[in-house]
Amino acid sequence: MNCSSSFVYAEEVLKYQFHQDHPFNQIRVKLAKDLLQTTGSLSDEEIISPRMATEDELALFHDVAYIDAVKRASKGLLADGKGLEFGLGTEDTPIFPNMHEAAAWLVGGTLRAVESVLSGHANHALHLGGGLHHGFKRKASGFCIYNDCAVAIKYIRKHYNLKVLYIDTDAHHGDGVQWAFYDDPNVCTISFHETGRYLFPGTGEINERGIKEGHGFAFNIPLDAFTEDESFMELYHAAIRDIMAYFQPDIIVTQNGADAHTWDPLTHLCGTMKIYEAIPLYAHQMAHQYCDGKWIALGGGGYDVWRVVPRAWAQIWNVMKHGKPLAGDIPAEWIKRWQNQSPHPLPNQWQDNPSIVPNIARKQEIQEKNRQTLQQALKITNQHKQL
Amino acid sequence: MLVEEIMKTDVITLPPTATIAEALQLLQEHRIRHIPIVDEEHQVIGIVSDRDVRDASPSIFEKNADNMELHREIQHIMSSPVITVHPLDFVEEIAKIFYDEEFAALPVIQNNKLVGIITEKDMLYTLIHLTGTHVQSSHIEVKVPDQPGILPEVATIFGIRKVNIVSLLVYPYRNDPTYKILVFRVQTINPGPIIDDLRNAGYELMWPHNILEPKL
Repeated sequence: MNCSSSFVYAEEVLKYQFHQDHPFNQIRVKLAKDLLQTTGSLSDEEIISPRMATEDELALFHDVAYIDAVKRASKGLLADGKGLEFGLGTEDTPIFPNMHEAAAWLVGGTLRAVESVLSGHANHALHLGGGLHHGFKRKASGFCIYNDCAVAIKYIRKHYNLKVLYIDTDAHHGDGVQWAFYDDPNVCTISFHETGRYLFPGTGEINERGIKEGHGFAFNIPLDAFTEDESFMELYHAAIRDIMAYFQPDIIVTQNGADAHTWDPLTHLCGTMKIYEAIPLYAHQMAHQYCDGKWIALGGGGYDVWRVVPRAWAQIWNVMKHGKPLAGDIPAEWIKRWQNQSPHPLPNQWQDNPSIVPNIARKQEIQEKNRQTLQQALKITNQHKQL
Repeated sequence: MLVEEIMKTDVITLPPTATIAEALQLLQEHRIRHIPIVDEEHQVIGIVSDRDVRDASPSIFEKNADNMELHREIQHIMSSPVITVHPLDFVEEIAKIFYDEEFAALPVIQNNKLVGIITEKDMLYTLIHLTGTHVQSSHIEVKVPDQPGILPEVATIFGIRKVNIVSLLVYPYRNDPTYKILVFRVQTINPGPIIDDLRNAGYELMWPHNILEPKL
């Protein structure tokens, strides 16, 4: 496939850091970019700079009162206890200096990705600093301050009036984006995640399907804990295939959280690098089949920042650029550059050794349960097919 | 939690002399399934359900029905006497009535007058809220010996981490009365540090569980 892509990056992304020991660590983005540059996959001409989103742009989704609170917190002017109603100053989203600017840069990066694609500059664009899907209209949560996905989709709706399909493969439910467009029939959200029975945020059940005109335009595929590659990919392919045919979007926005991997410390899914090849491959294929190539990919969760996220995210770019993921050795130079900072030995191959997945006795049951989930989740597209 | 906190106060009612047709219309118009029948003093003398009304309506297969049945008075088909509850009753007690009996709505009576209605659906909604599953949270299950003082001991660990507890349920542990399961829903995406603290303090966790080799 002959297509061009933009990679949104600047060091500003690293300023989104709550504190040193916080699990949300944007060094991941730098590691992925460095891996691509070391491999020779990413050239300087392909990199575009992010910008800071304006307050008007943030207000496409967020309440002005919330933006004000973040700005005050950012300068240390938010009185003690005043942040809690906005989710600011909690363990998950503590206050840090210049947090407004840092968060607005991430949103601006995603808007740059949108502009790059919709101005016709590129077919695809990748902004790994974005994907903060838990941000609410007036509340920070789950490591997310501003919800760049929601702002960007509002922006696409307002300026281009396109039908947007949002695909979220983060291991946590994409709640902030789902609720943002819950009544909107022009934005279809689909989230694959570990069941909320145990995992944050707890929502994302099959029967959350949208309301009013938006009914039938929210899909949730909650996967059983310990789901492995095979079942994950089976559900992903089947759901995306049917929902694409049903919704016929003009553009795809993907949130590519990389926390469904077996090594991720926050979740209980058992994926390997295989799913992080399959996810962008199919999104890429669908974007060309339905959307004239228009595809914006974002980052998201991912808490094994050294061994998992850099490879998973680099493969999105490899797929955008070459139409397929890379295989074989990870450049020794990259490993050498970062090994001393990583608490674990860095992987030396793009692919994982299957032996890293623990032995799951209930594998068959999980697979069967997931299939049932898929059928229930796709009730609406199945009815549609029969018409 | 008290009935008065969850009951509906704008109750649709009918007098005993109303027709079945009127009841049918009200049920459809308001998308409700029960209508208390009240006298002039607003005392409840009966109740009709959508099923009562349907049973009294002509069959849909009956082509030439003259619909005479629909003009009969509601007092002929209403259930009476009616089991009622008081605004100060506990929701838990109401749940037991719903479980034991065959109906799904209870009129709420104070000083012999109808003041509200509570349905099985309202009660289930309340129970969902009591479990805390409607707000963003992570789930942790701790197995503890059933003894005094254990709850504050465990809860302190959450307090030290400054993590807000959204809800707490106490379950029996299978058939073993010497243990209880504490189910915490906590407002964080990252329960890892608390889980470590709980394990280090010697508590056995039912979730996340230890059956698998722990993840690296």
